[in-house]
Amino acid sequence: MVDKILKGNGLYWGWLTLLLMIMGAGAVAYLVQFNYGLGATGMSRDVTWGIYISQFTFLVGVAAGGLMLVLPYYLHDYKSFGRITLLGEFMAIAAVAMCLMFIIADLGQPMRAMNVILHPSPNSMLFYDMIVLNGYLFLNVLCGFVVLSSEYRGIKYPNWVKPFIYLSIPWAVSIHTVTAFLYCGLPGRHFWLTAVLAPRFLASAFAAGPALLMVIALIMKRTANFDVGQTAKDKLVTIIGYAAIINFFLLGCEVFVGYYSNIPGHMHTLDYLFFGLVDHSTGVMHNNLVPFMRASVAMGIVGIGMLFLARKQKSDAMLATSCILIFVAFWIDKGLGLVLGGFVPSPMEHVVEYVPTVVELTVTAGVWSTGFFILTLLYKLVVAVKRDSEATLKIS
Amino acid sequence: MDNTRRKFLKLAGLTAVAGVTVPMLGSKALAADHGGGHAAPAEHGGGHQEEAPTGVRQGLVIDTGKFHDNPGLAEKCQKVCHDYHNVPKFPTSKDEIKWIWTDKFPNVFPDHSHYKKDDRMSSMNILALCNHCDNPPCVRACPTKATFKNKDGVVMMDFHRCIGCRFCMAACPYGARSFNWRSPRGSEDGHPFIENYNPKFPTRMRGVVEKCSLCSWRTKQGKDPLCVEEANKEVEGAMVFGDLNDPNSEISKVLRNRFTIQRKPSLGTKPSIFYII
Amino acid sequence: MYDKGKVLLGLAIFLVLALSVVGYNMTAGDNKKPEPEDAKLKGYTACVKKTDYMKSSHMVLLNQWRDEVIREGKREMVETADGSLMVEKSLQNGCMKCHTSKVKFCDTCHQYASVKPYCWDCHLAPVEPTDGKEAH
Repeated sequence: MVDKILKGNGLYWGWLTLLLMIMGAGAVAYLVQFNYGLGATGMSRDVTWGIYISQFTFLVGVAAGGLMLVLPYYLHDYKSFGRITLLGEFMAIAAVAMCLMFIIADLGQPMRAMNVILHPSPNSMLFYDMIVLNGYLFLNVLCGFVVLSSEYRGIKYPNWVKPFIYLSIPWAVSIHTVTAFLYCGLPGRHFWLTAVLAPRFLASAFAAGPALLMVIALIMKRTANFDVGQTAKDKLVTIIGYAAIINFFLLGCEVFVGYYSNIPGHMHTLDYLFFGLVDHSTGVMHNNLVPFMRASVAMGIVGIGMLFLARKQKSDAMLATSCILIFVAFWIDKGLGLVLGGFVPSPMEHVVEYVPTVVELTVTAGVWSTGFFILTLLYKLVVAVKRDSEATLKIS
Repeated sequence: MDNTRRKFLKLAGLTAVAGVTVPMLGSKALAADHGGGHAAPAEHGGGHQEEAPTGVRQGLVIDTGKFHDNPGLAEKCQKVCHDYHNVPKFPTSKDEIKWIWTDKFPNVFPDHSHYKKDDRMSSMNILALCNHCDNPPCVRACPTKATFKNKDGVVMMDFHRCIGCRFCMAACPYGARSFNWRSPRGSEDGHPFIENYNPKFPTRMRGVVEKCSLCSWRTKQGKDPLCVEEANKEVEGAMVFGDLNDPNSEISKVLRNRFTIQRKPSLGTKPSIFYII
Repeated sequence: MYDKGKVLLGLAIFLVLALSVVGYNMTAGDNKKPEPEDAKLKGYTACVKKTDYMKSSHMVLLNQWRDEVIREGKREMVETADGSLMVEKSLQNGCMKCHTSKVKFCDTCHQYASVKPYCWDCHLAPVEPTDGKEAH
């Protein structure tokens, strides 16, 4: 079965080569960072987490988003998702792999990472994050491959895997909830200290994950002649659209609570993200995230509108555009604003901004490429197996 | 194998739940008159009252007025601390490491009103350091117990164990923690980051978090922390160190007689550093 | 199974290559380096534990000291095995007070055993008696 990934056209090999090259650059950049220390990044005493942890946070969402593709098929027997469910599980594998790589990239002493297991600390949310992320990776690898290999052999998946499939559903919710708890349980970081953080994480995840899958599905339709089907796409539009709307509703709640209560701590980061914030001790205005955050909101709203329009007009091009808009909007919202914004202002109410370095961006690109590399191989496998099994069905 | 691991994790989870709930079920008795609770602003009511003390809880009182009247004293305290502990000095502020430093009133006490305050207070440079909270969020966040509260109530760092995840830095509401973004033993343009190594104390390595340890290596011998010793050398009573839970300690007497404030009391971290303004 | 022959041949080649290293070591005979000599200290009669224990397990003791001192606050001094001296439970301010040369005392053996402990990434070695330079 695995040999299927070795058969591909020029486009397939070209794409893999490109990814490998970026991965190589990322590895070199990581070596630079490893030898110099995390000072090779743009992080500082006041902004102690940067693009690594924000990518991690966003990608946990992408992984959890796989739930929206798995749940209808297994729990509600929604047959139209037959071609998409496995894609969702495998997307989760690639996303969790990226998450783990981003965590390692962010550690000051990566060689000691095992200390988390050697000295288990159940009071730390990071301890639970380790458990849920590795557990989710395990569950998806198990379920994904058992289901796929059953399909390869032309049989229904065995019953013993069912409990694992059902377990993976609440588990998907848990990974993003625990990730939100990393932030929202910290006193003194007002922007994160909100009970709607976990729900908002889930809402944006349930939009961003399926949106990425939709884009990939549309690409595969063109390049691999693999169509997930109109019904599945229409249903995905509903899922992405409503999840995105809920995310904006929750963002609106945050804005209301901040500005109506008029509590400075609750307004500071929102000010910083959308309007810019003045450091009172220096009088300098800091606003380098403002264009991104405003673009994020605009792209998100336009994306939602376009998404439903695309379904009505049955336009794949518009559908792809709207999903890219939503994905990028939520990437900015969570992959930039949420983590970086939370550090502004600093605990001593200074405003220190963060700008990633080239080293950091290269490592980040390398990790994303590794993720897409894994994703490509897995999807190649799924497409090949699905085609074979469907062809056999037609003949018989 | 996997099964035993899962069992263990389950057990660990249950332990965690138990660990969280037991102290909550415990006595919520209001602090006695010598407790730290008196510093909580009155309008917050009883919510921020500290529980009845148990064990040793080392703390500090900083008399900001005495530092204001003696310019340069705070800097001397910082120097003696940073010199002894081999704290490196980096040319860029983003790499900065500090255990004890000064800032203005609105920055040290952002929660307190600083509107139309007197000129003296507005111009004051106030010492800031780790608050050695009785309820430290950094300790809660640490995934390896590299930072923990010791028997003297001091929040310690075990540099051998720290993996450099910086969760504690995100958790600390006081900006008291620094990270070794690069090797403290290095140099730039011929200037070593540590000018004179103190052979009695280790340096740190890159990739770990560090902060004030309230000189636990000294206080065990019955001495005051370095900053306290340095400050009192010039101005008696500029800083007072002692056990907050011992009603007869000097610090408890000072706290009974003077009005003091703590940093960000509303967060429930119960800082052990008190300020006479 | 397809290509059974090729697979088996490949496995055989791998095994031969992997084992050749062990074989070389066993047959090549006298490729052993001389064991480093004990760095005997003048003026001291005993360490905190027996020499054999210190040779094999000093790192265990150091870890134990570290946990006691930092985590449990047990900073009291310890006695040498013959009770002749009180020693601080500290690599930098204990061990190296007697064993004043890191190069002779630590490095020789660690190089021989090909281990790279990270003690000196943080702890400061005493000034070497010979070249007079601080080694950090």
